[in-house]
Amino acid sequence: MTSADNLQAFKRDGRIVIVGASLAGLRAAEALRGEGFTGSLTMIGDELGEPYDRPPLSKQVLTGWVSAGDTTLPRRRDVNAEWLLGVPATGLDLATNIVRLADGREIPFDRVLISTGVRARPWFVESEAALDGVFVVRTREHAEGLQRALAAGPSRVLVIGAGFTGSEIASICRERDIPLTVAELAPAPLVGALGAMIGEVAADMQRAHGVDLRCGVKVTQLEGDAQGHFRRAHFDDGSTIDADVAVVALGGIRNTEWLRGSGLAAGVWGIACDTGCRALTLNGLITDDIFVAGDVARCPNPIYEYRLISLEHWANAVEQAEVAAHNMVSGQADRWPHLSIPLFWSIQFGVNIKSVGVPTFADEVAVTQGSVSDHRFVAAYGYRGRVTAAVSFNNAKWLDHYRNLIETAAPFPPPCPTPDQPADMKPVPVDFPGPTLLAQGATVVVTGHDPGERRVTAAQYHR
Amino acid sequence: MRIVVDLSRCEGYAQCAFLAPDAFRMHGEEALMYDPSPDDARRDQVLRAAAACPVQAILVDQLEGRDAPVEASPS
Ligand SMILES: Cc1cc2nc3c(=O)[nH]c(=O)nc-3n(C[C@H](O)[C@H](O)[C@H](O)COP(=O)(O)OP(=O)(O)OC[C@H]3O[C@@H](n4cnc5c(N)ncnc54)[C@H](O)[C@@H]3O)c2cc1C
Ligand code: SF4
Repeated sequence: MTSADNLQAFKRDGRIVIVGASLAGLRAAEALRGEGFTGSLTMIGDELGEPYDRPPLSKQVLTGWVSAGDTTLPRRRDVNAEWLLGVPATGLDLATNIVRLADGREIPFDRVLISTGVRARPWFVESEAALDGVFVVRTREHAEGLQRALAAGPSRVLVIGAGFTGSEIASICRERDIPLTVAELAPAPLVGALGAMIGEVAADMQRAHGVDLRCGVKVTQLEGDAQGHFRRAHFDDGSTIDADVAVVALGGIRNTEWLRGSGLAAGVWGIACDTGCRALTLNGLITDDIFVAGDVARCPNPIYEYRLISLEHWANAVEQAEVAAHNMVSGQADRWPHLSIPLFWSIQFGVNIKSVGVPTFADEVAVTQGSVSDHRFVAAYGYRGRVTAAVSFNNAKWLDHYRNLIETAAPFPPPCPTPDQPADMKPVPVDFPGPTLLAQGATVVVTGHDPGERRVTAAQYHR
Repeated sequence: MRIVVDLSRCEGYAQCAFLAPDAFRMHGEEALMYDPSPDDARRDQVLRAAAACPVQAILVDQLEGRDAPVEASPS
């Protein structure tokens, strides 16, 4: 039998298992059926219910406009899958091609897609995290609980961590006229994602909207009352704050623990894969049957020197799901690479923030259009003299232009594309915090080490 | 009905908010907010909005009525 015959037989009768039934998992399932896969499809997910969309959770849902249960994702087609929901996968055996579930079941597969994403990083003291009034926001249950607490009219909310999610929640609290303190370890909000200069703009925006913003401080303790309700937070400078809701927004933890011992290159930054979404083993070998997509993937991109990049971006999850699905049912000569330039958006304090490229892959940043003080501008990022990213505040229609500059490795700083050149275009150092802070707030992390650093660490795997 | 808007593609032209104001709203100058499950009675409006979007960023459920039931795990 030729490999083409094998492929036809697999597309007709093969077994595909998708672990992680959310955005990337659902989109991959739809794409597999769209590619003509008629074999058996099993969707494994530890959450109950149909796949739903997360971005509205920290936006529409918390304002009270949309209920958390109403963010179920639309379907482009029936995926005709067997759904095993409410049960996590606990292991993957590459030798026997089996996914193990927490309830003891073993699910055999010919090909598997891993899209287990990220979970919220919980508060570091378990007993304090369990206090009534302490929240994280990743799932619809979380958002529903926080929405209810906000609707009850708290005297003050404390948001811990001013990355994108924390800043969006802060924005909604102010929209609902709730007194609010935001605590951030970095010198300004969004610094982990966008650097110090844009962080200053974000700080300005928060303060202009009446946020009590405290930067460069660490929350050390969450204190509860006799009924186990959160009442007060302690800071490392000795100060305290009284509040009755605390939102812990310290970024995510990639769901890779269940792959420990599988032999895959899976760790805190996700699962390493090639541009075709095929997973790598610990020894750097590409697997044939194991694919990865979404927030849990860690993928090289030639525009960024083939360094491995972990993204927590909606559009990336959708695109990788489509590439992975296509490659799962295609022969060697027909596979697609996922080489797109990252895109991200956020909405806070009435401002549409968007980015293209990888802002953390930069050494300098310069405002190239508009005005920072009006909160309406574009800033370009550069690395060793070429454009690598851009961020817009209420100026999104220009991002295609910058995407083109990134694709063509245009020199940095780029000229302003319109006559109304901003007063100060001088590039400044981008100034990102170290890796421990990046782990908490950034939604893009460049994880391969810089070859210029000349260091290497060998990992050994013992069965 | 269910919808999702790919906001990384959306360029904030507000056509959708004009055609189906119950489902789509502008927030500030150019940020779009939408109701991911607008009332079925608004279906025609929403379909018109989706068709009018210049960047085709609005995805509408293709399955009629209640779609594929999801079986919860028996465990
Ligand atoms: C509040 C919030 C706001 C956001 N806003 C934006 C935004 O404005 N713009 C943007 O670009 N992106 C945004 N994002 C990010 C976007 O939602 C993610 O990039 C996207 O959800 C990634 O999809 P995914 O399918 O890869 O992973 P996830 O959505 O994380 O899904 C993974 C699924 O796998 C399940 N799972 C995990 N481990 C196991 C296991 N062992 N067995 C079985 N199932 C498992 C999880 O429970 C989950 O259901 C936001 C995210 C959140 C939480
Ligand atoms: S019509 Fe399309 S581009 Fe315009 S605001 Fe609506 S979704 Fe965005």
